[in-house]
Amino acid sequence: MTGDPSVAHDTKHAHAHPSGATYLKVAAILTIITVVEVWAYYIPALVASPLFNPSLIILSAAKFLIVVLFYMHLKYDHKLFKVLFTGPLIIAGATIVALLFLFHQLKISF
Amino acid sequence: MSAHTTAAGHDDGHVHHHYTTTGLDNRKIAIWAFIGSECMLFASLIATYLIYKGRSIVGPFPHTEYVNEAGQIFKPILDIPVTSASTFVLLMSSLFMVLALQAVQIKHLPLPDGAGWWTRAQRSSQLWLFMTASFGAIFLMFQAYEFTAFVHEGLTVKTNLFGSTFFTLTGFHGAHVTAGVLWLTSLLWIDRTRGLGPQDELIVDIAALYWHFVDVIWIVIFTLVYLIQ
Repeated sequence: MTGDPSVAHDTKHAHAHPSGATYLKVAAILTIITVVEVWAYYIPALVASPLFNPSLIILSAAKFLIVVLFYMHLKYDHKLFKVLFTGPLIIAGATIVALLFLFHQLKISF
Repeated sequence: MSAHTTAAGHDDGHVHHHYTTTGLDNRKIAIWAFIGSECMLFASLIATYLIYKGRSIVGPFPHTEYVNEAGQIFKPILDIPVTSASTFVLLMSSLFMVLALQAVQIKHLPLPDGAGWWTRAQRSSQLWLFMTASFGAIFLMFQAYEFTAFVHEGLTVKTNLFGSTFFTLTGFHGAHVTAGVLWLTSLLWIDRTRGLGPQDELIVDIAALYWHFVDVIWIVIFTLVYLIQ
């Protein structure tokens, strides 16, 4: 699968993108995380735990990050593309959090 | 595509570069800016869904049973096994998309002696584009099935706050997937008629970025809408 020297050479020389084997490993990791998420959904003791929702959000964020870094090649690409993506993403995330506070879906006790 | 490859222009004699003062191709800058703006669009839809989560007065509800005044029982409406399957389909389509891009990048290279099926398959952009578009279409069929089932079970866009926000959010995502499938189909058609080669890497890369973005949005929706109760 990875024994094709031309593939490795071309990828490294022209684009420094991951090999086909790396893409398959990434797909396997994404599948495993998804299976874990769905498995946890069916365990009542886990669902009742206060850590359930944060854990799912962390797993989801991990999948998001993996796809962006490896499949969208942001790990290997120019810094400007990172800025163009992460800037609006931070604004988007902050907007969601601010709106949730505004409409009392998130609360902080002082 | 690497920004440096595009900027330097030392690849296969491309004639259609659109350089900017940054040295980067403006089409690639544009797609990233577009994706950034799409982040904010989906953030507004997700925020709206979350704000109204758990505030529906009448059912059906996503995760809990509902009995109306007539004694009619509505089961929790979300079908996690079906949605898990469709999520897996979309994740695999992202894998096929990167393999399609890689195929376009390397298909001009000579095959090594005794190349196996995988090495040959890695150079077939038509195969991977077809698989990506097909899996995108399968995802849409799952969504059509889900929407139809929900309507039959009494949940429409007008039933309650959950129905309004759910159909709006997932409907917008489905519209993006539909646009992606059409985009991929057009690339597949180009590949079949004149063939896509390394000189076309950027147009495939731009389509791939859009497709992966659609995938990452679904990753967020799957967790926030379907799994978190």
